[in-house]
Amino acid sequence: MTFQYLLQLVISGLVIGSIYSAVALGFVIIYKATRVVNFAQGELLMVGAYVCFAFLVQMHVPFWAALLLTILFGMVLALFIERLILRPMIGEPIISIIMVTIGLSLVLRSIVSAIWGTEILVYEPKLFPQEMIEIAGLPISLEFVWCFVLSVFLLVVFSVFFKYSKAGVGMRAAAFNQQVAQSMGISVKHIFALSWVISAVVSGIGGVLIGNINGINSSLYHFGLKVFPATILGGLDSILGAALGGMIIGILENLSDGFCKTYLNLSGVKEVAPYIFLVIILMIKPYGLFGTKEIERV
Amino acid sequence: MHYCGDFRTTYRKDMEIFQTPFIKVCMAVFLVFLLVLPVLKLKGEYLLKGAYLWILLQILIASIGAVGINILTGYTGQISLGQGAFLGVGAYTSAYITAKLGLSFWVGIPAAGLVTAMAGMVFGIPSLRLKGLYLAIATLASQFILEWIFLRWESVTGGSYGITIPRPSIAGYTFSTDRSYYYIVLAVAIVMILFAANLMRTRTGRAFMAVRDHYISAEIMGINLFKYRLLSFGISSFYAGVAGALFGHSLKYVSSEQFNIGVSIVYLAMIIIGGLGSIIGSIFGAVFMILLPKLLSVVTEAVAADYANIAKLAISFEHGIFGLIIILFLIFEPDGLAHRWKMVKAYWKLYPFSY
Repeated sequence: MTFQYLLQLVISGLVIGSIYSAVALGFVIIYKATRVVNFAQGELLMVGAYVCFAFLVQMHVPFWAALLLTILFGMVLALFIERLILRPMIGEPIISIIMVTIGLSLVLRSIVSAIWGTEILVYEPKLFPQEMIEIAGLPISLEFVWCFVLSVFLLVVFSVFFKYSKAGVGMRAAAFNQQVAQSMGISVKHIFALSWVISAVVSGIGGVLIGNINGINSSLYHFGLKVFPATILGGLDSILGAALGGMIIGILENLSDGFCKTYLNLSGVKEVAPYIFLVIILMIKPYGLFGTKEIERV
Repeated sequence: MHYCGDFRTTYRKDMEIFQTPFIKVCMAVFLVFLLVLPVLKLKGEYLLKGAYLWILLQILIASIGAVGINILTGYTGQISLGQGAFLGVGAYTSAYITAKLGLSFWVGIPAAGLVTAMAGMVFGIPSLRLKGLYLAIATLASQFILEWIFLRWESVTGGSYGITIPRPSIAGYTFSTDRSYYYIVLAVAIVMILFAANLMRTRTGRAFMAVRDHYISAEIMGINLFKYRLLSFGISSFYAGVAGALFGHSLKYVSSEQFNIGVSIVYLAMIIIGGLGSIIGSIFGAVFMILLPKLLSVVTEAVAADYANIAKLAISFEHGIFGLIIILFLIFEPDGLAHRWKMVKAYWKLYPFSY
């Protein structure tokens, strides 16, 4: 195993990982504010990718307009989901909330495949330039660089948003204690809606980025399942954790895949490696790198 | 004749499974009905055609699996998203024992249960430290890890080709038809469901419920949390293993895609729609979830002739309807069909003086 190969694995893992980070960020935002575990996060990504495809390729809208329309669509969708499905579930046990988002994921998935079918669709024209550039002696496609830069940009924007904007502080307050937040004049209902909107938008943009690289098909929702290793590693309620966790999982899955291929002659480790890491993390450090430790021994 | 009001005077009476003579008669009639239904003939043809018999068979198998996950999730409060994979462990164990080792089905089924119970307990170890959401994620991970093993451990599981397995036989008689195999499944299902119903009346069952309702109080009352959580995982996986093995033998073929995450979701949906923490609810849920896709396909076929486009859309939307039903049930009937059943019974008990 050469150093070149190793570096290649790390870099491609970092790019895919940055998309995991974006989706994990969406997941954490919802979890932090509303305590809802969203199993439909991958479907939000998928819907974003397909809607952007529809505007861009099928209706020939320029890219910036298509992206804006996708964001707008994601907002409306999120508002509907929050109001119609999650609002009635407030106060229900966690298994019901998990199940309702699983139900939601099935509905979204089948709507997408009913409209667009299941074949692979490709973004045409490509959003980003395709040329190769060299980083540390390695040829890397420019679209990977763009993809990475954009997702890091998203992460930074939302970290700043949570830290300094009024709405962001309100969301953190609601996450900390809903009753106190409410008595300070923060509308918890609005916070819930807002967190779903932000989450859908972030995931949707992630979907556009990944769709642009790999093309889109009906199994895109698999990205949503990778948020669990990422967020558990980073800590379920930590934004920084989601960002780092996604990238680390992306790199780890690539590296373990490469190692097993080279030394153990075992292929397909990529699909399972994140979940093995997930179990290991849960066993030794269940609250992750940056998660809040609930003082409760089970 | 019984009177309105509660006239039970002993705990023993209160804990009976079949509480009134009327219910006992009903159950006996229902049992006879299940026994003779497959062999009833009308004008030389079976009353229950092959396709319907198959549905009934799948309902029985699903009932075993649903009771199993209800013991874990409904009674002990440990969420499991890995039931599909545990069914798979059972199916592959029995397949390996009967097809590759050449041993009898009667070794395969209990072995499937035991091996799956072991697997379930291994994956249940995180439950020592985790609960609720974290446990759900851990079991989700176990689902993916097991699925991957099914596909890659080719010397045992046959990889993506799967394994072809035989139907059981006793003393030279092979249960080769669905109609004869039905009786084996029925017998196993009755034994396992009755066992589960009785288990919930014992010390163990009450400990499970105590762990579910308030684990700290349970621990203070002297219940060893780790032991009972692990036991619950074990028993639940035993049920899953047996159900999976019976399922494998019913299809005569085992492959990895029969046990994917979708199956786990279907089983969770069964107990949520049927009713968490209720044996009869698990059975209602199994009936509902097995019948639902069949009903959907009947409806789409009926409209296919006149409205081809709608039918085409409906087929691709089948999973969506499934998801929609889960959502609607959770919002409007969170206690499941078992609760509705109780209400109906209470209403008729006092009819016509329900107030």
